[in-house]
Amino acid sequence: MTAVKPGLGHDRIVIAHGGGGELMGRLIREHLLPPLRNERLAALTDSAVLPWPDGELVFTTDSYVVTPLEFPGGDIGRLAVAGTVNDLAVMGAEPVALSLGLILEEGLPLAVLDRIVASIAGAAREAGVEVVTGDTKVIERGAGTADSSRGLFINTAGVGRMRRGVQLGLRRVAVGDAILVNGPIAEHGLAVMSVRSGIEFESTLRSDVAPLNGLIRDILATGADVKFLRDATRGGIAGVLADICEASQRSVEIVEAQVPLSTTARHAAEMLGLDPLTVANEGKCIMVVAAGDAERVLAACRGNPLGRGAASIGRITDAAPPLVELITRVGGRRVVQRPYGEELPRIC
Amino acid sequence: MTDRVAQLVDELHGLCRDVGRRIQVMEVCGTHTVAIFRTGIRSLLPANLRLVSGPGCPVCVTAQRHIDAALELAGRPGVILATYGDMLRVPGRSGSLERLRATGAQVQVVNSARTALDLARANPQSPVVFLGVGFETTAPATAATVLEADRDGVENFSVLMCHKLVVPAMQALLDAGDVPLDGFLAPGHVSVIIGAQAYQPIVAKHRRPVVVAGFEPEQIMRGLLALVRQVAEGRAAVENVYPGVVTADGNRVALELLRRVFVVADAPWRELGVIPQSGLELAAVYRRFDALQRFELALGEDEGHPLCRCGEVITGKAEPSECPAFATACDPLNPIGPCMVSSEGTCAAWYKYNRVQGPGAQRVPEGQR
Amino acid sequence: MCLAVPGKVIECRGDEAVVDLQGSTLRVSRVLTPEADVGSWVLVHAGFAIAQLDEREALETWDYLRQILATEPADSERETQTTDQAPRGEGSPA
Repeated sequence: MTAVKPGLGHDRIVIAHGGGGELMGRLIREHLLPPLRNERLAALTDSAVLPWPDGELVFTTDSYVVTPLEFPGGDIGRLAVAGTVNDLAVMGAEPVALSLGLILEEGLPLAVLDRIVASIAGAAREAGVEVVTGDTKVIERGAGTADSSRGLFINTAGVGRMRRGVQLGLRRVAVGDAILVNGPIAEHGLAVMSVRSGIEFESTLRSDVAPLNGLIRDILATGADVKFLRDATRGGIAGVLADICEASQRSVEIVEAQVPLSTTARHAAEMLGLDPLTVANEGKCIMVVAAGDAERVLAACRGNPLGRGAASIGRITDAAPPLVELITRVGGRRVVQRPYGEELPRIC
Repeated sequence: MTDRVAQLVDELHGLCRDVGRRIQVMEVCGTHTVAIFRTGIRSLLPANLRLVSGPGCPVCVTAQRHIDAALELAGRPGVILATYGDMLRVPGRSGSLERLRATGAQVQVVNSARTALDLARANPQSPVVFLGVGFETTAPATAATVLEADRDGVENFSVLMCHKLVVPAMQALLDAGDVPLDGFLAPGHVSVIIGAQAYQPIVAKHRRPVVVAGFEPEQIMRGLLALVRQVAEGRAAVENVYPGVVTADGNRVALELLRRVFVVADAPWRELGVIPQSGLELAAVYRRFDALQRFELALGEDEGHPLCRCGEVITGKAEPSECPAFATACDPLNPIGPCMVSSEGTCAAWYKYNRVQGPGAQRVPEGQR
Repeated sequence: MCLAVPGKVIECRGDEAVVDLQGSTLRVSRVLTPEADVGSWVLVHAGFAIAQLDEREALETWDYLRQILATEPADSERETQTTDQAPRGEGSPA
């Protein structure tokens, strides 16, 4: 490791930024703490201490490796906060605090880091949670991948407080329940695809990445009989519907014409040969609710900016064997399966 | 929209009832196969109308020896292999491009041959090999790109030529005579290039109706209706129900480009063997862009899997569910045969949209028809 | 075997055309359709315009194109698709 004199005005991450010395101290004090400012983090203790009332603690972790780091409508930082918050929120928990583990590749421009940390701070504010503890490491350029530099990876953990009286779980799913989604699907995956090298195209598509805990709070506050919530990320809504079908051993029937999909997303998916049902979202939640309460939940969704495009897309049925079936626009029926891996754009 | 389709469905049911006997038609094109599954059209068809999927998935018919050559080239130090996403998971003798990429090979997914040429321009030190797959729809793009490479002197660019021609494959299928077919739903976008008249020899020689159709539910239904109507009336003609898109003569500029850059040659089709005059190779003047010549590589032999019946599936002789490997030894995660690996492969489409029960046994109570 | 989508040429520069695909735009080659110009409808496949469409004729069967034209010109925003909003009875097409 070469000695780097502090104070020489670095504009890129160097290995010494991770060396535990003065340079690292500056990185934390100047680039991480100000945007994320809060008392617990500022204490720079080895762990954060959180007050905890009685009840259940909900705990999750997730890692983020998206390329490119910044994409239309978001970046890896916003993705990390929203992803972790949403994992807590769909369990019925109110998110309380997050950790932030940054793995930086040497050579990463500090300007990029600053933008991403600002984005993390913004998303955390939006969600009403604080980043209370963190860690930073620097790796050699190219260590992250075989051929090209990725720049930055993030791991986050989150804790939340379980709401009292909320009972969510696939075992509560029953025949007749309505299946809802809070808005137009497939936008995140298509927006990221639009800036991937080799297949890029210009588009007005933007990622839908957003923390959904506020929306879910509104939904649960209606007192409606909500049975199950899950954010439809990789694998798209097809993946979540398959989860529901497999775990509940009930059939799921979806009506294609009722699934919200923007004209732009529909055509972009068509162009790339992708099925919108299998394309990733980062701000969409599939909800299973008692049929009689569907309208109430939809109204609550539509009262929140993140649920304006909410729709009822199908229902749980007792058809056997348990399958996810789509009633297509022309009235045909077909099976919907979870995608078997990353769906690739195709020309055939 | 639904009303238009519903009316066509009704008409089709009526016609098929009048014909009475079983009618078997082949949708040649893999994009049709996927569209038919995705839109649930199969569940709307009369019971005596059977669709069989043909050899029109370029991924599925690319010979294993070509995949092996692509793997060999991508494994060479410094080489960047550019490919359409479709080819990434196709199994060769020693794995797939996707697996090879995991070991450090430079495999880049592109959505156009032009992007591959741009890669070559941006990386003048690296040989860039473009995996040229596809039928007549896609081949003109490769031809135009080779011309551009020639004009601009992009000498680190080359093409592994796997392009194939559809009409000779349809001919070969009928010549073999072991698949009872009442007619063909012809590939709409191949026809954009070659023109509807290109199927005239098939009609003349084998007296089977050929109907050129688009890919939307309504267009597919119109195509099937036109086919069954010809069957009902005992006619056999080329009919184009993709107006405004497909013409009688095709895209003359593209055809001229194909003639200029390529020569027609015998070509190996995966699981089907060599079909005479069914492939494209670079013409002598452009042969320096041929990856096999550039890298002095000879094609090997195909080595079929003992269980795989893809060859029968893409010639309509067997349905995927009749293959002993289907959904057992062979699935999309571990494909044995090419029809499972391509998202438009017949087996993959069956697996994805139709797996639980057999053909025609999708869960559609009669009362809902 | 060949995915291709219709789009409208909004810009031409030499052999290249910029094609609008309803909120997304693609730079494509027009060497296969040299007569396509700003305002033409073309069919795009693998980065190339492979056919110039006869819009009027294509409308006869092409619902996709009809929908695009119906939403012209303002619809480049994310507008939720509302076709057939009414829950169509349980799979009854008729």
